[in-house]
Amino acid sequence: MPLAILGGAIVLGGCNAPTFGAFRGATTQGRDEFKLWVGFVIAGLAVAALVWGLIFWTVLRHRRKSNDEIPRQFHENIPLEILYTTLPVVIVGVLFYFTVVTENEVDAVASHPAEIVHVLGYRWGWQFTYDAGDGRPQGVQVATAAQPALLAQPARSKEYPQLVLPVGETVRIVLTSADVVHGFYVPAFNFSRYAQPGVTNLFDFNPTRTGVFRGQCSEFCGLYHAEMLFSVRVVSDSAFRHWLSAEQVHQAQAGTGATS
Amino acid sequence: MTLVAERPGVVGRPGEPEREHGPSGIVKWITSTDHKVIGKSYLVTSLVFFCLAGVMAIMMRTQLVSPDNTIVSQHTYNELFTMHGSLMLYLFAGPFAFGGLANYLVPLQVGAPDMAFPRLNALSYWLYLGGGVTMIAGFLTVGGAADFGWVAYAPLSDAVNSPGAGPDMWIVALLLTGFSAIFTGVNIVTTVFYLRAPGMTMFRVPIFTWNMVVTGILILIAFPVLTAALVMLWADRHLGTHIYSVAGGGVPVLWQNLFWFFGHPEVYILALPYFGMVTEILPVFSRKPLFGYRGMVFATISIGALSTSVWAHHMFTTGVVLLPFFSLMSYLIAVPTGIKFFNWIGTMWRGSLKFDTPMLFAVGFLVVFLFGGVTGIFLASPPIDFATHDTYFVVAHFHEVLFGSAVFGGFAGLYYWYPKMFGRMLRESLGKASFWFMFVGFWVTFLPQYLLGLHGMPRRIAEYSASTGWTSLNRVSTVGAYLLFVAVAIMVVNAYVSWRRPIQAPANPWDGHTLEWATSSPPPHHNFYRLPPIRSERPLWDFNHPEHTTRKYEESMHRGNRAPASVPVGDGARGGDGVEGSGAS
Repeated sequence: MPLAILGGAIVLGGCNAPTFGAFRGATTQGRDEFKLWVGFVIAGLAVAALVWGLIFWTVLRHRRKSNDEIPRQFHENIPLEILYTTLPVVIVGVLFYFTVVTENEVDAVASHPAEIVHVLGYRWGWQFTYDAGDGRPQGVQVATAAQPALLAQPARSKEYPQLVLPVGETVRIVLTSADVVHGFYVPAFNFSRYAQPGVTNLFDFNPTRTGVFRGQCSEFCGLYHAEMLFSVRVVSDSAFRHWLSAEQVHQAQAGTGATS
Repeated sequence: MTLVAERPGVVGRPGEPEREHGPSGIVKWITSTDHKVIGKSYLVTSLVFFCLAGVMAIMMRTQLVSPDNTIVSQHTYNELFTMHGSLMLYLFAGPFAFGGLANYLVPLQVGAPDMAFPRLNALSYWLYLGGGVTMIAGFLTVGGAADFGWVAYAPLSDAVNSPGAGPDMWIVALLLTGFSAIFTGVNIVTTVFYLRAPGMTMFRVPIFTWNMVVTGILILIAFPVLTAALVMLWADRHLGTHIYSVAGGGVPVLWQNLFWFFGHPEVYILALPYFGMVTEILPVFSRKPLFGYRGMVFATISIGALSTSVWAHHMFTTGVVLLPFFSLMSYLIAVPTGIKFFNWIGTMWRGSLKFDTPMLFAVGFLVVFLFGGVTGIFLASPPIDFATHDTYFVVAHFHEVLFGSAVFGGFAGLYYWYPKMFGRMLRESLGKASFWFMFVGFWVTFLPQYLLGLHGMPRRIAEYSASTGWTSLNRVSTVGAYLLFVAVAIMVVNAYVSWRRPIQAPANPWDGHTLEWATSSPPPHHNFYRLPPIRSERPLWDFNHPEHTTRKYEESMHRGNRAPASVPVGDGARGGDGVEGSGAS
């Protein structure tokens, strides 16, 4: 029955069965995570089906037939107990192996990223500052424009900042927080990382397809946490260069761009 | 009716009036040091907090039923989820188990007249009640109740980001209930180690009591750390220290480490008692001994041990913890938990299963907890956690395990022991209706939340826009929450019916295995007049069904330790059965 409900819920969610409800990952890191996810779901459902099967079997087959029946009073089976102690250890070992392999891929940072973006989380917005791969400032900064009072209004996408990334390049994200703990979360990338005061986190994105993806603060940060939105637009490399130079000119003229 | 009741004078004396001395009524309640009175007080108080927190959950689900909803303000929503989590975890799930049922049952199960420290027990309850009222009273302050989540991450919980009296009252409330938990932990552990009846070796202690011993030890490990962390938080807020603030050279992530060093054992403090309840219920309603008793004990101990070294799996996305270590430790918890599952199934296997309400909830626990456990394995993998951390996937996971244990397991225990505690039966028809509403409501509420998490919905958000596509799944989840509300309401009605139109409970309505069923319902002052001989982990079954004892019982008998027909409880009787009084079995 729970399996049937699960199946129904997956259909209800309107997703293809093979993804088990998850995003396929729009970065190489996200894709690695997705593959691990699929393996885990299959292993997990197999174990669950086995145990549920045993439970339902005994519930259906071993009901009390007469009020004075006393079943055989067995209470142990040492070989069986050893089996179901060692088998989970083996399963866990396999899962751990694949976890470590994937984790190393997802957490790997390139020595020469194409772009470096400093991401600053604050109550309640985001600021993205662009550097070149060698760390040189590029004078481009995108930040949440609206005041918190405005943010209390229902979400309207144009009020939220957009992180623009080139497809097929390695982008380094340098993440920190100006005040409390925030969560830099891009669902379609299958990735989140805390933005914390006093801690600088580094990680790489290698976007694999163009598009606009939703981003949101995932760690509760106070009153307008639900409004701490952003988006990620992945474009072709040439479109990215074009956008970057246009922004450099525009921000230099407006005097709002980061200069250092 | 069982054999015990048909042999008057052997076990319990239902006909004998309870010796009443001292005050009565409310004065008796306030001044009582009887573990049964305190246990019932804990039970009722914790269920009141459970209902309050449930109403908060209903308000939150109603807010999320539509995008951009404004039934409650963002500020109120933040207060609601903070207090919902705090009430459920600190004031319901723990106190219901170790303050309510364990307080009542542990002395009975080990054949003791009371807890080891009755006055400390009373203090423990009053600290808990004071703490609970303090936490709730935060709503009456100008700034409202605490609104930083039940985990109170620094620096969000500091004086700048969360000013006001509400957060302070939350901290004080946790200090009070924390001490209450520590005192109860001391009491339970001491009671089991020192007040067991003659013949009750550690390997004959009922599994519920075993689980409470491990829970008590975990309380002693975890709660002092929380208390220390809270004192430092208080100092940061009011004394100008900078333990958790970057500005003064402090380390914010220290709070997360300390909190989860408490918080993860706490998860097992909330789960192990309910595992114990289910482990008591399955054998009784299968008419079989527990399968793999010793395996069960070792599994419980290893869950307790492992739970102290997995805290940073809550911090995988901080980027400052050693991922493989905490991942592996978290995976390993699946091994003893798996042993428990197979032992539970082995207990039911080829048994004679009768589905009274306690058994329904116990089997319901097995079914729902399994799914929560499997998704827990997913989350123990850091890359998967990166994708799902702080989303509704996590919300669904921990509600499946916590609701699965504390509510399915807790209601199983409540229906099972209610006749013993209150001397009257609950109605089976209402109990079964409550179960089915809860079972269906549970899946309808939480399965959509897994999918919402996978679709990127973060937790603790008061609103979402329609463009996210989360609306229909949220609607389904809200309908499920209403079903759960109905299930709990039926339970309340059931208690009311049993109060207004009582059906007297016999001493042993379920053909129980353990000592609490060897005395009247409710038990007399100081619990027992006589005890059956204790020759296995289910002395009452052996006594009532001498022709159906286990091999362990036979071996024990053949070693020449034939016991008298019953063991009178009194000064002279304590040493009368000293051969197996302690040590080897």
